[in-house]
Amino acid sequence: MFTTENLTKSFYLFHEKIEQQKNQLSELDQAIGDGDHGNNMSRGMTAVIQGIEEKQPETVPELFKVAAMNLISKVGGASGPLYGTAMLQMSKASQTTEDTCQILTEGLAGIKNRGKSSEDEKTMIDLWFPAIEKIRQGELTKKDLVAFVERTKDMEAKKGRASYLGERSIGHIDPGAASSQLLFESFMEAGVFDE
Amino acid sequence: MSKGIIIVSHIHEVGIGVKRLMEEAAKDVPIAVAAGLEDGEVGTSFDAILEAIEALPAETIYAFYDLGSAKMNLEMASEMSEKTIHIFDTALVESAYTAATLLQIDAEESVIFEQLAALKIK
Repeated sequence: MFTTENLTKSFYLFHEKIEQQKNQLSELDQAIGDGDHGNNMSRGMTAVIQGIEEKQPETVPELFKVAAMNLISKVGGASGPLYGTAMLQMSKASQTTEDTCQILTEGLAGIKNRGKSSEDEKTMIDLWFPAIEKIRQGELTKKDLVAFVERTKDMEAKKGRASYLGERSIGHIDPGAASSQLLFESFMEAGVFDE
Repeated sequence: MSKGIIIVSHIHEVGIGVKRLMEEAAKDVPIAVAAGLEDGEVGTSFDAILEAIEALPAETIYAFYDLGSAKMNLEMASEMSEKTIHIFDTALVESAYTAATLLQIDAEESVIFEQLAALKIK
């Protein structure tokens, strides 16, 4: 279950992980995109943490909203509107339910809608979708997350800058799936998925 | 004139350049540019797009963009604005120029849509 405490902690952890892996994320993006995913996410999450510290949100919906608005405003690349829309949908969903899976599913629906994309198109959806399924079954592990990211390697990109490469996108990990792995790890470490 | 155009690009100079080209054909059409990030980096900014839309002296806006993430930011800005915004998945330079030319002579909206449909590439 999302609580104000574990969601705040999740965002701090996500920011930390993005900072640590900024260069690796940008390197993944250099192979099949425009090479700035790490920097973009770093700029976005730095703004999210600033926003949290300034506004001190006291509820889960408010926290998701602060994250959404800062990501939408600050990221610059495609991940801004995608992560931003996900957080905005999760903010809305968390006003009416405490069900973690349902909240995450609404976030995923936001990503699909905004990106006009679905599974197996080598995007962040290929992390979110199977991860939510595993949570529903009550057994998501860090190993699963690694496997989901690895699986994007064999996919051909159908969306975004990587899709211009066509078959040549095969063999590379999707950077959006890689950063989403860090987000789900953060949720996990903060205790969101604990019973 | 209550119709205008917005150009959204990842690169400041691209946006400014397309606008300059359009002004050759359409001196009286309001044209806004939201291109690049505020620090001069490559990207599109939701805030800048929404601001440009609101500042443009037009209630109906034809929007043209370069790459996918520009469209996502454009869509979000248009959801936030009260104005009528048509986003075109067309070749940026050609379609923006076509729309400007037709708006300058007060062409019917159906005519503009038809001409632009031929330039759809994304």
